[in-house]
Amino acid sequence: MKRHLLEAADLDRADATLVLDTAAQIDQALAGREVKKLPTLRGRTVVNLFYEDSTRTRISFELAAKRLSADVINFSAKGSSVSKGESLKDTALTLEAMGSDAIVVRHSASGAPHRLANWVRGSVVNAGDGTHEHPTQALLDAYTIRRRLGRLEGVRVAVVGDVLHSRVARSNVRLLHTLGAEVTLVAPPTLLPVGVGSWPAEVSYDLDAVLPKADVVMMLRVQAERMNASFFPSAREYSRRYGLDGRRMGVLGDDAIVMHPGPMNRGMEIAAEVADSPRSTIVEQVGNGVSVRMAVLYLLLGGAPS
Amino acid sequence: MNLLIKGARPYGEDAADILVRDGRIAAVGEDLTATGAEVVQAAGLVALPGLVDLHTHLREPGREDAETVETGSRAAALGGYTAVHAMANTDPVADTAGVVEQVWRLGQEAGLVDVVPVGAVTVGLAGERLAELGAMADSAARVRVFSDDGHCVADPALMRRALEYVKALGGVVAQHAEEPRLTAGAQMHEGDRSARLGLTGWPAAAEEAIIARDVLLAGHVGARLHVCHVSTAGSVELLRWAKSRGVQVTAEVTPHHLLLTDACAEGYDPVFKVNPPLRTDADVEALRAGLADGTIDAVATDHAPHAVEDKETEWASARPGMLGLEQALSVVVATMVETGRLDWRGVADRMSVRPAAIGRLDGHGRPLAPGEPANLLLLDPAARSVVDPAALASRSRNSPYAGRELPGRVVATFLRGAATVLDGKATK
Repeated sequence: MKRHLLEAADLDRADATLVLDTAAQIDQALAGREVKKLPTLRGRTVVNLFYEDSTRTRISFELAAKRLSADVINFSAKGSSVSKGESLKDTALTLEAMGSDAIVVRHSASGAPHRLANWVRGSVVNAGDGTHEHPTQALLDAYTIRRRLGRLEGVRVAVVGDVLHSRVARSNVRLLHTLGAEVTLVAPPTLLPVGVGSWPAEVSYDLDAVLPKADVVMMLRVQAERMNASFFPSAREYSRRYGLDGRRMGVLGDDAIVMHPGPMNRGMEIAAEVADSPRSTIVEQVGNGVSVRMAVLYLLLGGAPS
Repeated sequence: MNLLIKGARPYGEDAADILVRDGRIAAVGEDLTATGAEVVQAAGLVALPGLVDLHTHLREPGREDAETVETGSRAAALGGYTAVHAMANTDPVADTAGVVEQVWRLGQEAGLVDVVPVGAVTVGLAGERLAELGAMADSAARVRVFSDDGHCVADPALMRRALEYVKALGGVVAQHAEEPRLTAGAQMHEGDRSARLGLTGWPAAAEEAIIARDVLLAGHVGARLHVCHVSTAGSVELLRWAKSRGVQVTAEVTPHHLLLTDACAEGYDPVFKVNPPLRTDADVEALRAGLADGTIDAVATDHAPHAVEDKETEWASARPGMLGLEQALSVVVATMVETGRLDWRGVADRMSVRPAAIGRLDGHGRPLAPGEPANLLLLDPAARSVVDPAALASRSRNSPYAGRELPGRVVATFLRGAATVLDGKATK
């Protein structure tokens, strides 16, 4: 493992598999236990440095660190010196001086975790940077797929929606490719980046053509602000062409699963009957997120698994 | 005061002595002597006319923490320049006779290069109404180049009027070609790398669309147009087409666009954030070819000093721009001379003669010949050195060449016969 987890490309196949295997071991170790806590990172300090509101990701990392017995500090941009204009570098040096062993960072600027990694000695974990990457989301998605389908090699994954602005899509394309899955991106052309042709993924504008062959359908959140910027004519038209509703779910293969990183826009990119169906792994993904983030913190801070 | 430069190679050709008397070249020839003249030994050094920069940001008034007219002038002299055009995006904006005269006077006081102010095209660079272009032209600063650089004059009707109006002033509009609606939030060249890095793309078409529009307008009204910092292969094609049609268009390319590509954005170090952005290998190749065949007239630095705190940030928060004055000639040697694309006369043409002509500067860009003003530089073409930002004369440190070995060292620069640089050091 590298010292930092900044993007999915930091993980080769062996590293990525190690993270997933470690998460599985952690799940096994904690299964059925009343006290869901391991002593592994006792005395280590993990800082959650969040420049964007993201309750679910922050809570997931916080829980992961606490279950490993680390001390956790939540440093949110709101109500801190950051709102008074302190630079990222000064914040990094402050946290460094306080002895943080790992900084989990969420930032609206792509590449902010890379900058941070230049300024601190501890490990930096990217918890989502701008429109760049969200590598632990991709890891938990891979973990979820492997648990449900039993494999990743050759699994056909359709990633549907706002690929252009999605850090989840970027991380998933890279990681799933590393792990041997076959990714097809499905979106209107306006929501695919120029240059997407260089990614290790197929591209389609036609959701209906892709669904029958998909083992996994991963729906991306469509931000409300996209609707006012002519990326598509209306929410209704988007939903009609790229939303996953009951009719479309019906053409999926028997074992196919439906994923969503949350938070969902029910009725927009995903219909309630799909989100709540047995195919949906959405709640499961949240639980798996804690295990995978435990594995990441453990491997970055604690060394090789026993 | 008289000066005798011994054994230099004018334009890299046969060695000759150059005798300077009263600020002018008195003689060029073999074995010249002059009693009482200060002698500069220049065996092996290439003599070129003093360089002229069409595009420098000196930051004064307003951001003296990043650069001043004096520190920027020193950086320019060390780079072999004898004249620089100071861009108008200061605070306050150089959109009145008062501000351009202030910048001009500061340049005179520094006395290291001729600082030639550029006047803003529109009031406050806001792109809404013309600044008093005539007042700036008639001022002591004698402004001839007008630019909203940093911003595009995006309104086509306003651009047409500006092109027409400056005809009466012997002026030229230098356009920062960037269609603003196509570059909202843009961070880097739009392509494979921006897609992967998750940085909002700056499409080549946003530059090319404005150049296409403006050459048509310039042709229509019979005005001169200058295009700043051309960065794409498509722009070179458009300029070639426009010139073939007789449009009075000139263009510049920066040293960094001749050398660096969007690969520099990997790692998100904002020292490589610049506007227009670094582009692809294919663009670099087209720019070098365009400069070699004269489609691109000039190398201009777009020297853009920034304080440390404006660069030691997240990529998206950083200000765009990079230093250029002190390494421009070295980059041109590396990309154009050592590759065989330009000889030394070509370098003199693109870095001195043509920029002086575009800026309508008397006394600069003149041949190394008797009777001409003694604005010249001596370059050691064999020297190679690694760029150390801490050693730069600029007040800022945002050099994209840090740690890079580049060829060529400016040994001396003379402004009207007076040494501004000797032995590679500024004389004041």
